[in-house]
Amino acid sequence: MVEPNLTRFFDASGPRSASAYCETGGYEAARKALTSLTPEAVLNEVKRANLRGRGGAGFPAGLKWSFVPRAGDGPRYLCVNADEGEPGTFKDRYILAHDPHLLLEGIIIASYAVGIPQAYVYIRGEYERLAARLEEAIAEAAGRGFLGAGVFGTGFSLDVRVQRGAGAYICGEETALLESLEGFRGQPRLKPPFPATVGLFGKPTVINNVETLANLPGIILHGAEWFVGLGKSKDGGTRLFSVSGCVVRPGVYELAAGTPLREIVFNHAGGLLPGRSLKAVIPGGLSSTILRPEEIDVAMDCESLTSAGSMIGSAGIIVIDDSVPMFSVLDRVTKFYAHESCGQCTPCRIGTSWIRRIVARMKSGDGRPDDLAELARLAGAMKGRTFCPFGDAAAGPVLGLIEKFGKELEG
Amino acid sequence: MTARFPEQLRGRIAEVVGRYPERRAALLPVLHLVQKERGFVGPEDEIAVARICGLPPAAVREVLTFYTLFRREPAGRRLLQVCTNLSCTLRGGERILDHLRKILGVEPGQTTPDGRFTLIEVECLGACDKGPCLMIDDDLHGALTEEKVDDLLREAK
Repeated sequence: MVEPNLTRFFDASGPRSASAYCETGGYEAARKALTSLTPEAVLNEVKRANLRGRGGAGFPAGLKWSFVPRAGDGPRYLCVNADEGEPGTFKDRYILAHDPHLLLEGIIIASYAVGIPQAYVYIRGEYERLAARLEEAIAEAAGRGFLGAGVFGTGFSLDVRVQRGAGAYICGEETALLESLEGFRGQPRLKPPFPATVGLFGKPTVINNVETLANLPGIILHGAEWFVGLGKSKDGGTRLFSVSGCVVRPGVYELAAGTPLREIVFNHAGGLLPGRSLKAVIPGGLSSTILRPEEIDVAMDCESLTSAGSMIGSAGIIVIDDSVPMFSVLDRVTKFYAHESCGQCTPCRIGTSWIRRIVARMKSGDGRPDDLAELARLAGAMKGRTFCPFGDAAAGPVLGLIEKFGKELEG
Repeated sequence: MTARFPEQLRGRIAEVVGRYPERRAALLPVLHLVQKERGFVGPEDEIAVARICGLPPAAVREVLTFYTLFRREPAGRRLLQVCTNLSCTLRGGERILDHLRKILGVEPGQTTPDGRFTLIEVECLGACDKGPCLMIDDDLHGALTEEKVDDLLREAK
């Protein structure tokens, strides 16, 4: 079994202080990067580690950084996506609650690699307590010379600020996050241009998820080969799997990327409650396509999940047992997306609310024979035709439920 | 008529505005500060915030109404936010909401007549391992049962 990398020092006693973090080698990776490596060397190490984004899209972090123009010394920004809104996902909360300095060290390393002097952490509005703790951690780090002017006595300076969201799922989408940071409604931007060239305040911007950044200290300290070796498949490293729903031990499990889904559900999360049998698993947050019991011998990595017709997303695993009527899942899922659609583009605004109205009518006992076909038609009309990935996120679960549990839903 | 914010709040607002290269970017943090102080963001507050951020009042209104954590009316003394997203529902979230409905005698979105509690239904709170869960003001409570909810309400008076 892989030695935990991110969660080694997680315990129930609350967030680790800077001194506790430093006692176990904390900030040594950032010091190493800033004092003995060039920004290019850091970037190349992260590229070779094949660190893929842990927020949902799975884009390689090093590649993302390399899109930021090297030339020019105008302002550029790092935005940390701590919006964690994907239902079934709570891993970033764990990092923030237990080891905020792990995130801060990752922020220093990323900022150094890309030449960024200003970082904003955009954290869910609901994580108010965690935002306050993070601000305390920032003050601690600054007090030790790890942030602010002349980090580790070098010529590199970095300021980190925390901004709270205010309850909008869409702000986890990176361009909606930028809009929100700038003081607008969280409505996604058209791409291109991509944030790497035109991002926050129109300047080159990197947006990385909390867990992605938390992986950087390990990569710098132990090297890309070590990181790749932690994974069981092409994806490097470990992943934080959030497991919730009908299991004995819901929680966050740090395991090798590529660990089989069945092993996570039945071994690590303790399997099902007594007397229950498995009905379905949602593998990568609410937006990922649902899997039947016979489909869960899949490796939890980006490519394997895509091949299985779903996605690893944010690795939020929701387990559903035989006591749950699938219509209640359809009901809950469609309610969520109708509520969270930002309303900017027509297929999503109309599609999610139309789907919702049909499901609500079915719920009230007034279903019609062609309702499922109509739902599939509407979801199909949204898929691939919206401004941002939200449309696919809203359509996928509906299509998956109808395809795989249509018989039950008809009943 | 513009709302007058207390001295301390004005200080904190000035600090926040200074964090960003553009004043407008301070809008969400300023709204959070005002709501923390007042319990909600009223029409006069909106105009004051618009002045602070150098925006037309309509720009404040559109942001205020987009984000669900902002309130334009006072809430009860304690705010109960119950998660009924899928993971919590699978652990009995709907039952918790029904129980609260019954004992408080209000529907989600309403405040009890004595002004004590406002009940709302929210999307995922990011604590699915502790489901079913609810937040009472800023505090998260998980693994709820009807009995536990009764105890929490007694303490939250």
